[in-house]
Amino acid sequence: MGEKKLMKGNEALAEGAVRAGCRFFSGYPITPQNEVPEYMSWRMPEVGGTFIQAESEVAAINMLYGASACGTRVMTSSSGPGISLKQEGISYTASAQLPIFYANVVRGGPGLGNIAPSQGDYFQATRGGGHGDYRVFVMAPNSVSEMGNFPRICYEVAEKYRMVTMILADGLLGQMMEPIEFDFEPIDPSKLPPKDYALGIQEGRSRRVVRSYDLKPGFMEKHTWKLMEIYNQVEEKETRYETIMAEDADLLVVAYGTCSRISRAALALGRKENLKIGLLRPITVWPFPSKILHDLASRIKKILVVEMSTGQMIEDVKLAIEGSAQVFFHGRPSGGIPTEFEVLDVIKKIYGK
Amino acid sequence: MYQGVIMSGFGGQGIISTGVLLAYSGMVDGKHVTFFPAYGAEMRGGTANCSVVVSTDEVASPVVSTPDSIIVMNEPSLLKFEPTLKPQGLLLINSSLVSSKPKRNDINIITIDANKIAEEIGTVKCANMVMLGALINRTKAVSLESVVKTLSKVYPRAKKEMLEINENALKRGGTF
Repeated sequence: MGEKKLMKGNEALAEGAVRAGCRFFSGYPITPQNEVPEYMSWRMPEVGGTFIQAESEVAAINMLYGASACGTRVMTSSSGPGISLKQEGISYTASAQLPIFYANVVRGGPGLGNIAPSQGDYFQATRGGGHGDYRVFVMAPNSVSEMGNFPRICYEVAEKYRMVTMILADGLLGQMMEPIEFDFEPIDPSKLPPKDYALGIQEGRSRRVVRSYDLKPGFMEKHTWKLMEIYNQVEEKETRYETIMAEDADLLVVAYGTCSRISRAALALGRKENLKIGLLRPITVWPFPSKILHDLASRIKKILVVEMSTGQMIEDVKLAIEGSAQVFFHGRPSGGIPTEFEVLDVIKKIYGK
Repeated sequence: MYQGVIMSGFGGQGIISTGVLLAYSGMVDGKHVTFFPAYGAEMRGGTANCSVVVSTDEVASPVVSTPDSIIVMNEPSLLKFEPTLKPQGLLLINSSLVSSKPKRNDINIITIDANKIAEEIGTVKCANMVMLGALINRTKAVSLESVVKTLSKVYPRAKKEMLEINENALKRGGTF
């Protein structure tokens, strides 16, 4: 699949999207994701695609709506404040069932906050984010390799279920460099099967309409239940996670993204001191790996959630285990990054050491 | 083998590209590597630092909180990072620009008049390579051959003469 390259997370994300067939990118600059549009600005013309630096985030997401309605694989990216501005458009694409893909390289919030890495946008990502009753398929990479290889999965899920998909990263994953080997051959979007909803030249077929509203009484209720059925299927079939040393663990750490890397280091330190620590790492945070966590919590009675926030994913953890284990929390919001020693200290306190 | 490195100095001293060079060379050597720069407010004369991990095992945390070695290229960097160094860790100081003395006595300190040496070799711009040469000689995190081989990848627009100067600077640093 090509040679091993040393790449920045943001660049891997952009290249991964291009290799997965993305041919339309519109965005607006914001740190710490600026390398994504920068990369796309020269890479898109190279593959015959379109790059637009939009006049605003609102314009960027609405351009995505249009390009996606024409059947193109599309992408936008931003960080917290910009993603907030895009929520109206994201909700519209969800209702219109357009398969868009976007990335949030999260920075410290709330407000304009700062440019440091954070996981404070978990609620926004996993609860849909915009108005109305919808879900977004959310992948949470923890390495540059996954930053580059997850866009393909997002496009496949987006098109299979006709839903919004996203990558929830953070400033550290965007800015760091690691070796990457792409695990798939570049996809030629012109070879993909035609989409039966896509707009274009109408000749020889019946009229198609892409819209996010319907005022007929009762229609939207039916439509929203139809969406929900799709989301239920996604929950059943597309949930992804990783467990490390969970088999004999008596304390389970649950962490995603950057925090899962730090927790893995804490786990290695703790195991050297004979602490039986395990790790559950959600790879999709929506759908959340509730079932495996529920199963693990029937045996492991102590769970530590580690997040770069004041505690957001912990709500999904508590919902999943339904009170069957004791849940502890360690969080560093708005730009704080925990160290493995800090996490180990918290673990030792839980053990009473 | 695990080596967590922090490099720190002024923007414009080549701190970030030195970090990339070390990480890239580690990859060429078949090691696991991560590189993480302080980002956002980069500018010439401002502060710049980055962390690099080179390891024979998969790198768990990309955040280097207690480095095994540090390259200090200016005064503020010494104040900021000396306390974070592991006991018995390696502190490499560019004494051309740092006049303060380190406070700890449980670490290994090497002072190098890197700017002066760099000027002797050809240009002050290669002071970073003198420091990197010393770091790899002391830590054996990567091989000198891999760093030399990788120079043209990290500096794709550099002229042949400049690459040679960098190579000489790395070798000269290797004598420390």
